[in-house]
Amino acid sequence: MELFVFVCSSIMVLVGALGVIFRKHPVHAALSLVLTLFGVAVQFVSQSAEFLAAVQVIVYAGAIVILFLFVIMLLGVDRAEDLQIEPLTGQRWIAGVVGLGMVGLLTAAVVSGSDALRLRGAGIADPVAGENADANIQQLANSIFSDYVFAFEITSVLLVVAVVGTVLLARRRTGKGMA
Amino acid sequence: MIGLVVVPTPTWYLVLSAVLFSIGAVGVLVRRNPLVMFMCIELMLNAVNLTFVTVGRAMSDIDGQAIVFFVMVVAAAEVVVGLGIIVSIMRRRSGVNVDDLSELKG
Repeated sequence: MELFVFVCSSIMVLVGALGVIFRKHPVHAALSLVLTLFGVAVQFVSQSAEFLAAVQVIVYAGAIVILFLFVIMLLGVDRAEDLQIEPLTGQRWIAGVVGLGMVGLLTAAVVSGSDALRLRGAGIADPVAGENADANIQQLANSIFSDYVFAFEITSVLLVVAVVGTVLLARRRTGKGMA
Repeated sequence: MIGLVVVPTPTWYLVLSAVLFSIGAVGVLVRRNPLVMFMCIELMLNAVNLTFVTVGRAMSDIDGQAIVFFVMVVAAAEVVVGLGIIVSIMRRRSGVNVDDLSELKG
């Protein structure tokens, strides 16, 4: 069963990812990105990371892709890009070679290092097998709000800075006094 | 039903995320639209998230998922700031091509 889920979600992920880089139209690329993000969410579920799957769907596939679509429509750049023109000669070939080399190197590293994956933590709750359906959320909350509570607080500062910075960047300057 | 039941090992997930990361990197290299380049960066971030979840599960450690949570927050902030920069650049010029943005070239 997990094999079936893995194969289906991998096809979703790869088709979506290839769609992002090969579709001419930016809106189509954004919709392909949604397909990839859903595939990754399915893989999160099958690896018993249910909370992260929900966050993935809400934050990534919801908020971030909607933000992309808003900007595409706001800027009026929703026309197809001509992919036949190659600005730098030979760039596509070199990029393809670099990509294949990266796949090869990373795969070799993963395969040769797969023995290094040893148990070191207290275990991850599996809500499917266990009786407590909220086990994953409770475990994650225990980790974030005890071990990583300082990083969590810093995160709120980061979000405020990002929002204020974006408002400043996107504002139209009207008066002379605003530098 | 085939008698042999194959269960995907962590290595399968890691290889998949390696392929996803490479597709994102190639997209950043070949595309000229800044928005699509941003989407490719999101692909790479997702590949790393998948790696974190997989390794966290293989090592039976919840910290992998906690890190993915923070990566998602930082990615959201990064997209907000990046799109703000793109909007304010595109307001001054019409084209959408990163090759045209060369004012800082010495």
